[in-house]
Amino acid sequence: MAELRMVQAVNRALAEAMAEDPSVFLLGEDIGAAGGPFGATRGLLDKFGPDRVRDTPISEAGIVGAAVGAALSGLKPVAEIMFMDFITLAMDALVNQAAKARFMFGGQRGVPMVLRTPHGGGLSAGPQHSQCLEAWLCHIPGLKVVCPATPADAHALLRAAIADPDPVVFIENKALYAMKGEVEEAPAPVPIGRARIARPGRDATVVAYGAAVHWATEAAATLEGEGIEAEVLDLRSLQPWDEAAVLESLSRTHRLVIAQEAVEAFGVGAEIAARMAEIGFDELDGPILRVGAPFTPVPFAKELESAYRPDAARIAAAVRRTLE
Amino acid sequence: MADPIALFRMMLTIREAELALARLFADGEVPGFIHLSVGQEGVAAGVCAALGPQDSVASTHRGHGHALARGMALEGFFAEVMAKSTGLCGGRGGSMHVADLQRGMLGANGIVGAGAPIALGAALAHRTRGTDGVAVAFFGDGALAEGAMHETLNMAAIWRLPLLMVCENNGWAEFSRSDTQVAAKLGAWTQSYGVRHDEVDGNDVVAVAAAAEEAVAALRRGEGPRVIEARTHRWRGHFEGDPQRYRDPEEAGRMAEHDPIARARAALTAEGTPAQTLDTAESEARDAVAAAIAAARTAPPADWAAALTGVYAPAEA
Repeated sequence: MAELRMVQAVNRALAEAMAEDPSVFLLGEDIGAAGGPFGATRGLLDKFGPDRVRDTPISEAGIVGAAVGAALSGLKPVAEIMFMDFITLAMDALVNQAAKARFMFGGQRGVPMVLRTPHGGGLSAGPQHSQCLEAWLCHIPGLKVVCPATPADAHALLRAAIADPDPVVFIENKALYAMKGEVEEAPAPVPIGRARIARPGRDATVVAYGAAVHWATEAAATLEGEGIEAEVLDLRSLQPWDEAAVLESLSRTHRLVIAQEAVEAFGVGAEIAARMAEIGFDELDGPILRVGAPFTPVPFAKELESAYRPDAARIAAAVRRTLE
Repeated sequence: MADPIALFRMMLTIREAELALARLFADGEVPGFIHLSVGQEGVAAGVCAALGPQDSVASTHRGHGHALARGMALEGFFAEVMAKSTGLCGGRGGSMHVADLQRGMLGANGIVGAGAPIALGAALAHRTRGTDGVAVAFFGDGALAEGAMHETLNMAAIWRLPLLMVCENNGWAEFSRSDTQVAAKLGAWTQSYGVRHDEVDGNDVVAVAAAAEEAVAALRRGEGPRVIEARTHRWRGHFEGDPQRYRDPEEAGRMAEHDPIARARAALTAEGTPAQTLDTAESEARDAVAAAIAAARTAPPADWAAALTGVYAPAEA
């Protein structure tokens, strides 16, 4: 058992996968000599050499396109896009190529690649370095999307993503990179698509992912003082997402709140709300509520950004409303 | 050196297959959009003759010739374009996505310029594995306006990857003259990356094969990427059914003057190949295409249940 920061857990998963499988290699901007903008690949160049830890030019379309070609050719590339906002530049390779190859080539071959990228605000990084764009990717058949909230899950799910035969977008919340947590020496695998109960409760279910898991847990602690027991369900995987676990929790609590850092409209929470309205309608004793960011770009100024980002207070207020 | 008769035969196969597709399309037996490479067969046949089974090819929307020259079987090819379950892609891709991964044919592509970074990745895989495999990216002169082309050649050059970029320069960027769309000349563009650019008459299949063999040998020696510009002609529209209002009918009428197949036949005849040999090659190509079409016609339609479960790898038990 070791206490690791989330960024160290990512690093350890990469190092382990590379040591076990010579077809795994990394590519991205400044991931080698510089160790990655957030240090996720620190030390790996020395351990594995420049052919397996490949520093690329500032060419997002080329990086992801090359990852697709390498994956179709039998390697397991792990590409890093420095900020999720830059994924816009790689959308053809991701959406038209990686996501569709298995299907449109009739199952001849898959694209076993991982695209790691950090999302999220809280760093005053402004409108082009803070976005949470995961809902776009969840909308694309052929992609898988994962977003861990703890170091242990970051480690286990990155191992699962690298082992996966299909393209996985692995989203790391950059405000959580420094968060510490226990990671076992030989942890049990965590399959993609399985949620986890972060905090049990019987009065209301709060479904969350990424940084919102921690806001939800904080909200649950506040609500406990009011005699409300909120259950926090950490989705961990967004595509596929654990519909059965959400329905199971809802069937016990009969109240549902979905919290996310991303813009609320047309988001992951909207999909979950719609599905639960379809298949969990009889279980609901109150309206399904969403907590997410307003329909504006992520602002720069600290005052603006803290007004923009969802937090524990907003989640707690939503839980109270479902119980009214 | 590639066998000139084999090159002739491959061009015939591509020509017969595409002219048959044009008829099938007009008759409603081929749905969707198809982009024919009639007139450009010399480039596909010549370049692919220089490749071995370990090599990779990424193609374009005009990719039938590349797939067939890479060895994709006519049966799987026609069944795919005719939307049958026996198509090599199960009828899920169609003309713009013909692919034969076993033969290193990484797919035609519906997105202009998108094949280039995929070929770059294949070249990277060959390098990372330490094999002498090479990757070829076919592209058209219009694709030079896409940013991915720049990213690809830049990365191939700084990493000295075994990537051969082959420009099929037919003068057209879809419905527009490419010289009204792209300011750069391919040679100057290539050389600005420190990469060697060779020009070849794309309608002379033997010359294309020789240029490709020379380039591929250099790639296998680890000498870094190359660009070959093959000047050729697009006889038909951007897509079948294109009324080509943008095109001078007189120019379109002169296409046969550039016919790579007629030229190859004349050259083979001059070298003493008996007419009967050449006639037999032509009838064999026709017969093979007819047989593949007949098989596709009787094949079951594309299978919805298989498509539904084909988005992701099957879950492990």
